[in-house]
Amino acid sequence: MPHDHHDHDHDHLSPSGHPYRVDNDAPLSYWQVMEIAIRELMIEKGEVTAAQITAQIDAMDARSPANGAQVVARAWDEPKFHAALMTDAAKATREMGFDIGPMNLVAVENTTAIHNVVVCTLCSCYPRNLLGLPPDWYKTRAYRSRTVKEPRAVLAEFGLTLPAQTTVRVHDSTADMRYIVLPARPAGTEGWSQDRLAALVTRDSMIGTGLPKAPE
Amino acid sequence: MSPPGHLRTPFYLRGKTGTIERHLGPFENPEQRAYALPAPQKQLYRVRFTMAELWGDEAEHPEDTLDAEIYEHWIEAPHAA
Repeated sequence: MPHDHHDHDHDHLSPSGHPYRVDNDAPLSYWQVMEIAIRELMIEKGEVTAAQITAQIDAMDARSPANGAQVVARAWDEPKFHAALMTDAAKATREMGFDIGPMNLVAVENTTAIHNVVVCTLCSCYPRNLLGLPPDWYKTRAYRSRTVKEPRAVLAEFGLTLPAQTTVRVHDSTADMRYIVLPARPAGTEGWSQDRLAALVTRDSMIGTGLPKAPE
Repeated sequence: MSPPGHLRTPFYLRGKTGTIERHLGPFENPEQRAYALPAPQKQLYRVRFTMAELWGDEAEHPEDTLDAEIYEHWIEAPHAA
């Protein structure tokens, strides 16, 4: 029977050999209680409906790095859009049809001489309204504290070793702006369609911890 | 180490000298806005620092840079040498 544990050495492993996630049996934190209380009060008072809250969660979950990849591919392909993106990235992405809400967005461009990388030392500011939720490591104290002090060492751990003649520009999202890195267009992609280009653009290449994929 | 309150100017930048990379316009001061208090608008700037300025001899690569957004009331003109 599946629930018989004959081999007690492996009680903490699933049948596929992975450890079970620990159940979160701890009581709710102060802020969790506050969030639930305020949400329920706002629904009771008719400020918002439960359906509206669900719709917002669904809208955020629907955002993904694929949105940013389309923006990057278009900037590679259309000089006019590239110029608009560098002038006001929020306006350019909005006009492209993305619902990014009130987000202010700055695009920073990688060249042969400059490599940009984005961090938020204070919390976890990230262009969520375009790219969706940030990766877990983006929110860790290690990434946040080390990227501003030893970005090259951090990038090397991501597999990206930069030559000494490249200038690294770290962008700390300390206030109202959010940042997207416009990676350099990979060589060998001349004449490609925007859809084909977008498939090369990774999430990490838009944070600056990676490069776009090379064309196959 | 840190007085109570919501501040968005990281400690590692305080007292450091940089150059204005761009002016971003007026934004509500988060020091009040975080508490839902009336928040006056403050000019926000992107300021660029060299890693040499921030970390001295410990800098990994002195010419690399760090840009951060700083509100006007946290910025003063460099003292004349």
